[in-house]
Amino acid sequence: MNLFAQAVQWILDPLNYVGVNAIPLRVFEHLAFTLVTLVIASAIAIPIGFFIGHTGRGRGLAVSVAGAFRAIPTLGLLTLVALWIGIGLGAPFVALTILAIPPILAGAYTGFEAIDRRTVDAARAVGMSEGQIVRGVEVPLGLPLLIGGIRSAALQVVATATLAAYIADIGLGRYLFTGLKTRDHAEMLGGSILVILLALALEGIFATIQRFVVPRGVISSRSKVVRVRSSRARPMVNSAVEKGTQ
Amino acid sequence: MTWIWSNGDLIWDRTLDHLVLSVPPILLSFLLALPLGALANRYRASRGVILGSVGLLYAIPSLPLFIVLPVIVGTSARSPLNLIIALTLYGVALMVRVVADGLASVDRDVRQSAAGVGFSSWSEFWQVELPLAGPVLLAGLRVVAVSTVSLATVGAVIGVQSLGSLFTDGFQRGIQAEIIAGIVATVVLALVLDGVLVLLGRLLMPWTRKSSSRVLLPVVTPAAVTR
Amino acid sequence: MIEFRSVTKRFTQDAVAVNDFSLVLPSRKITVLVGSSGSGKTTLLRMINRMVDPTSGSIEIDGVDVATLEPVKLRRSIGYVMQNSGLLPHRKVVDNVATVPLLRGVPRKQARLDALELLDTVGLSRTLADRYPSQLSGGQQQRVGVARGLAVNPNILLMDEPFGAVDPIVRAELQQELLRLQQELDKTVVFVTHDIDEAFLLGDQVVILRTGGLVAQIGSPTEILANPVDEFVSSFVGADRGKRSLHLENHGGDDLVVDSEGRLAGVLSTGTKAGTRSGPGAAAQGGVRQ
Repeated sequence: MNLFAQAVQWILDPLNYVGVNAIPLRVFEHLAFTLVTLVIASAIAIPIGFFIGHTGRGRGLAVSVAGAFRAIPTLGLLTLVALWIGIGLGAPFVALTILAIPPILAGAYTGFEAIDRRTVDAARAVGMSEGQIVRGVEVPLGLPLLIGGIRSAALQVVATATLAAYIADIGLGRYLFTGLKTRDHAEMLGGSILVILLALALEGIFATIQRFVVPRGVISSRSKVVRVRSSRARPMVNSAVEKGTQ
Repeated sequence: MTWIWSNGDLIWDRTLDHLVLSVPPILLSFLLALPLGALANRYRASRGVILGSVGLLYAIPSLPLFIVLPVIVGTSARSPLNLIIALTLYGVALMVRVVADGLASVDRDVRQSAAGVGFSSWSEFWQVELPLAGPVLLAGLRVVAVSTVSLATVGAVIGVQSLGSLFTDGFQRGIQAEIIAGIVATVVLALVLDGVLVLLGRLLMPWTRKSSSRVLLPVVTPAAVTR
Repeated sequence: MIEFRSVTKRFTQDAVAVNDFSLVLPSRKITVLVGSSGSGKTTLLRMINRMVDPTSGSIEIDGVDVATLEPVKLRRSIGYVMQNSGLLPHRKVVDNVATVPLLRGVPRKQARLDALELLDTVGLSRTLADRYPSQLSGGQQQRVGVARGLAVNPNILLMDEPFGAVDPIVRAELQQELLRLQQELDKTVVFVTHDIDEAFLLGDQVVILRTGGLVAQIGSPTEILANPVDEFVSSFVGADRGKRSLHLENHGGDDLVVDSEGRLAGVLSTGTKAGTRSGPGAAAQGGVRQ
């Protein structure tokens, strides 16, 4: 426990609040980097995900790509891209964006797929155009799962951004690697605690958003609100169950 | 590419290291998640507490956990045991929800009819609920296997040897082939373990044989689990 | 008037849903398409508003081939009511009813006012307007579905097993409600069901379909019951058995109506003496009405 006390002391040490290594600066870097990555990944993944979800085309491909990406080790991708692009912010940025795309993509199309087909059919039958169906029915009803996907991506990016300090001078991971190298346990542990707090805070924020975007009429129909890990477990469970019964 | 041919032994050794790091967490997380998931499925209160905790646990980034964990449990940061414990925690975090959802997905009517024909609640769990939740559990375990294999590589940056060591070494010495070899070996290892699980599933759940024709990676879940 | 002209629909090479189907559906009447699953009845209904396009043949509304009309525009001019109401779960009742008028550019305020009036029309309290569909009972949801179908004041109303998912008592209420509405509104209604009792109760014209979209018989309920063209029809309408096969028995001077299984269905009314038992008697109205 003595080590934890040292870590807390390190976090509170005024010396760590000035200069290029100031904690607030590093937190900001880490957050900004995460956010920019998520925005770019979303800009790429959401339109494609909506297209797949609405038309059902390209689903098989998206599913296998997303599955394959899960097996690719993030550290391997980071170091490989770093060797290609060179040291600097470019490499982690590219690697993280690539890693953030599959969960967002999957969130976008599973969100559409989870909608009762009869609801969409009825919307079409009363005369909604395809664009109106997407905007007025599929996007609002699929939003919770999309946010779930972005949430998974955010978790992954925050974690991998820490690892990115291995190849670039970026974010809170810097403390971990400096501490490891100089055997400064207080810095190493203090940095780790900061990353964990940041990740938990993001998790909390996304959990709140996800709860918030469930359309009101939908809440009252389900006993369980689409929640926390559900984006992860439920589609898998559903598909497995469907497979079992077909 | 010549690097790969002249370093076959190294790759093989790191693969063995990697197996030692990743197989125990996969098995342990399944064993630990069963009672926790069952408990989460049984009572409303325990569901909230357990699923809430594993949710938070899962949100903790891996590298900081690898660093913080030794201070809590008293292992050395560089010991494989430290990594095995951390990976088991992630596996449990993933698997508990799958177990809870899988058990919840078992048809109420089936459970009631089982109780009706005279199963005790203990034997009903083992002989009815668990087998019926089997396909869901298998799907979850496959995700755990693939993500554990991928996650184990991160240990390399704190000095725990695995296929991840090929990334750190390749990066520091500027050898692309080494990194690529590491990535390929990791993916292949994940596929092999996944295949073993699928085969085990067919052996233990012969009634699902017709439907689970896919041998490829467990897919679908929106959230890639690697970090 | 809606006219099917030798319409065929193949979903795949082997699966023929509808085979060379021709029919005239008179204006301002209820035509019921009835058949078991696989008879192509829903496919026929959905071809009218181009949710499904025929493989060959044509469908005309008042002499205009629907294939020449833009599907979205066509659908907005036709009311559509489906099983499980098909309401949008994230929109309030009033907004669900106003969906199509809003799409057609009716100002929001006006659309909501009209929607409230439609709730009156289908017998729903205006206090339900701000609820979400999931907060209503099955029967109420179905009424909202009908209100939405009527929202653009269409000449044609397509109803795809609209009362299939509600319990028998509510279904009977909704059926009576539809008959009342039809007297008021005089729409051309196309109604799909697998329930022959419902078909006979609601239909001015009943079309009995067999597997593969083949017409078994077309006619008024009376015509079909009186002269079933073949074995299939008589067994489908149940004319040869149970509650529809009634005969008279005289007991102590009273003529009692008895079904083929010996159950009492009612007493033949003679002046003051009238009475039908509820239960099987009520259900027998398909056989003894008119």
